[in-house]
Amino acid sequence: MLDYSQESDIGQPCNSTRGKVFSTYNPATGEKICDVQEADKADVDKAVQAARSAFSLGSVWRKMDASERGRLLFKLADLVERDSAYLATLESLDTGKPFLSSFFVDLQGTIKTFRYFAGWADKIHGSTIPTDGEYFTLTRHEPIGVCGQIIPWNFPLVMTAWKLGPALSCGNTVVLKPAEQTPLTCLYIAALIKEAGFPPGVVNILPGYGPTAGAAIASHMGIDKVAFTGSTEVGKLIQEAAGKSNLKRVTLELGGKSPNIIFADADFELAVEQAHQGVFFNSGQCCTAGSRIFVEEPIYEEFVRRSVERARRRTVGNPFDPTTEQGPQVSAEQQSRVLELIQSGITEGAKLECGGKAPPSKGFFVEPTVFSDVQDHMRIAKEEIFGPVQQIMKFKTIEEVIERANNTEYGLAAAVFTTDLNKAMTVSAALQAGTVWINCYNALSCQCPFGGFKMSGNGRELGEIGLKEYTEVKTITMKMSGKKS
Amino acid sequence: MSLTLTSTFSNARACQCVSFSLQIFINNEWHDAVNKKTFPTINPATGEVICHVAEGDKADVEKAVKAAKDAFKLGSPWRRMDASDRGLLLSRLADCIERDAAYLAELETLDNGKPYAVSYSVDVPMVVKCLRYYAGWADKWEGKTIPIDGDYFCYTRHEPIGVCGQIIPWNFPLLMQAWKLGPALATGNTVVMKVAEQTPLTALYVASLIKEVGFPAGVVNIVPGMGPSAGAAIASHMDVDKVAFTGSTEVGHLIMKASSTSNLKKVTLELGGKSPNIILSDADMEEAVEQSHFALFFNQGQCCCAGSRTYVQESIYDEFVERSVERAKKRIVGDPFNFNTEQGPQVDEEQFQKILGYISSGKREGAKLMCGGGPAADRGYFIQPTIFGDVKDDMTIAREEIFGPVMQILKFKSLDEVIERANDSKYGLAAAVFTKNIDKAHYISNGLRAGTVWINCYDVFGVQAPFGGYKASGIGRELGEYGLDNYTEVKTVTIKVPQKNS
Repeated sequence: MLDYSQESDIGQPCNSTRGKVFSTYNPATGEKICDVQEADKADVDKAVQAARSAFSLGSVWRKMDASERGRLLFKLADLVERDSAYLATLESLDTGKPFLSSFFVDLQGTIKTFRYFAGWADKIHGSTIPTDGEYFTLTRHEPIGVCGQIIPWNFPLVMTAWKLGPALSCGNTVVLKPAEQTPLTCLYIAALIKEAGFPPGVVNILPGYGPTAGAAIASHMGIDKVAFTGSTEVGKLIQEAAGKSNLKRVTLELGGKSPNIIFADADFELAVEQAHQGVFFNSGQCCTAGSRIFVEEPIYEEFVRRSVERARRRTVGNPFDPTTEQGPQVSAEQQSRVLELIQSGITEGAKLECGGKAPPSKGFFVEPTVFSDVQDHMRIAKEEIFGPVQQIMKFKTIEEVIERANNTEYGLAAAVFTTDLNKAMTVSAALQAGTVWINCYNALSCQCPFGGFKMSGNGRELGEIGLKEYTEVKTITMKMSGKKS
Repeated sequence: MSLTLTSTFSNARACQCVSFSLQIFINNEWHDAVNKKTFPTINPATGEVICHVAEGDKADVEKAVKAAKDAFKLGSPWRRMDASDRGLLLSRLADCIERDAAYLAELETLDNGKPYAVSYSVDVPMVVKCLRYYAGWADKWEGKTIPIDGDYFCYTRHEPIGVCGQIIPWNFPLLMQAWKLGPALATGNTVVMKVAEQTPLTALYVASLIKEVGFPAGVVNIVPGMGPSAGAAIASHMDVDKVAFTGSTEVGHLIMKASSTSNLKKVTLELGGKSPNIILSDADMEEAVEQSHFALFFNQGQCCCAGSRTYVQESIYDEFVERSVERAKKRIVGDPFNFNTEQGPQVDEEQFQKILGYISSGKREGAKLMCGGGPAADRGYFIQPTIFGDVKDDMTIAREEIFGPVMQILKFKSLDEVIERANDSKYGLAAAVFTKNIDKAHYISNGLRAGTVWINCYDVFGVQAPFGGYKASGIGRELGEYGLDNYTEVKTVTIKVPQKNS
């Protein structure tokens, strides 16, 4: 059994410098699970020092064969797989997501992501370049250095893997802050990192709050790059802090208000179910949530009717009940935010078709809620709700829906349901979104780059492209006598 | 000199968890040859028969190709499998080989004669690394989307070629099997592999592991047999889409001919070499002598990339020869299962006689025999570490691949001269330069027509780095990302769209 009360730093768990702790709660009951050491600026300083030292020229980590870095990541994946039942339980306890989801989706996503990036480690190629002149030019793809990583509470394990995978594959060292709502599984991963054999200081994990530990990371002069996943609001603060401090490289994965466009010629059953899962999955707590569903006029009424029927059937309850489809929201704060936005929908004149309230029980639950007759100007059509609230809008023409879909400062994901090839090609090319799904939703896999247009983020995670964000390219040019092609 | 061979290993040690058969492996099952023939495999340290193995012929190749073709059908488990799962299977295969390393190393040494210490610490670990490397590529081998002119959307798919025939040699049986299976399976092909008749055993053991880890039936099929029968059947089979061959240049010609007269199957070849090893006067003498010794004598001289023409700059020639002879005389030849042994026997009688023939030609043509020159024992195919000095470029031993522990040392004056002489060969597999000077190192390596050039080292292999030959040393590159090209068909798909936007 693990002692969760401590941070993990320099290969050892340790107490916070100022002796503070914070509590983490079970959102299905509202009860406290345990206390966790709270990291602050001083702890960030210690962690950065450890990470810097682990990154110095001649260190174990720097001298390690790239293939061996890959072996360590693969070993980590195997250990996560070994302990997947425990990790899934812990994840459900801390986040409220249904256990079967944790086990089959989150754990598999985590394991596969670690394995995927394990495979890249010794395949990160620079180039030799036919430059002009009597020179031999080559590039080295070097690690950037010490990477700060700040991850959210909606997919704690998966987000840990998305961050650590590419960073470690490329040879960086890491200072990672998990969300204060959900620190537990990340701390368990820390123990597995040690068990797998990563050298001390390569990965450092600091549970704590955004405004203190997170801000300290974003503005630290000794951190070379920061990666943040969370709200657009905080993303702006991170970018500002980077600019004000040492111009550290910044990648951001932020919010979304993703359009899901359903044409009249779509496979109707598929579209209804995918639109439902697209917005309700993970209690609506997905950056990719398909939270603006544009339905072509001829099928609009039927689509609303069937979506409401489906939402009414959605089982909400104890995450450890295998028949539960939807657990609680992650916190009281999130729950009230969702309820407030639902109220605004009612006030602004959208038609509440079902749900709309918190059920009478312990925990931070919200009923699956459907609004129809939603107008683009309403708050529920513009703001990211991050809850189980489905907005259904009507559209007439393809030009109109493309324009309305793109009329947002977000641009994370989008989808189109149609059987017509031309519509699919036209719409997918026209949408300003980092991922466009055709006849599916939330089909995500670690081989595929993921990220946002516009204010949904900067940079891409996953896929080969994800490695770019953790690489610094050095060009080396050497004088030669007698160049030959 | 006579040697007494004592094996400290029990050849009857029980293997770990799997049983393998001395038969033909098709559809994850073991079969006798259709005509029931078998052939013996010999322990080259003693000349004794180890066991008999089923001898595959044309009819068995027919069965294997059919199995591979079925396993490749659209909708088959192998075609439907996630790429990442193909990678996971390769990874698990590597894990099993690592698990059974001691047994595999022992079997390899028994069948091939290479020192056990080398089988265990070099061959087997390199096999594991190769499979793990290609496991990682499976879901990363990406096509492109392409900004073509016009109102079109264009992309490429990297598809597997189909049924791949693979014919592997006897000098590194396990490793050659991994070099072939890794990229072929990572990219989704199915395989019909013919293993060398001199060394079929370890490949057949690996076949049982392939079944154990869960590769679908028919994805890998292994046929022990002879070149002119089973090998030729593969090279000329109308349903084999690609053939990869590692072996002699002479047989490489035959493979290519067979492809051209059958179905124009894609051909990649890793053939012979006569690799130049160039020692400049400013080289670190000790390092150069040791590396040059290793470059030639490693694996009993049975390396396609053996540094078999050692060009030494005039001013250091005498000292280099003297030190090389001293080193060769110290080389310990003996029982491969003795940990002190550096050099085991040659792989079989045929090779043994061939090498002795080359040594005779060297003496006849006027090269100066500095040490060695004959058999090293009364039993088994052992040959003394042999060095010829004052070798001239036109001597047989300077032009033809000997594939034995026979070192040729030649003298040169200038850089341009040695580059020209080094390139004056039909081969172009590898080469090396020993020098401290940055400019000379790059000048020479840029000028050498060889697929791999080593600077201040020799025989450094990494699965990440491509390997293959210029000229008659081969076609195509194995290993690295480049190795995937050989097992890929690129399909371009172009879709009409109503209006293209960038």
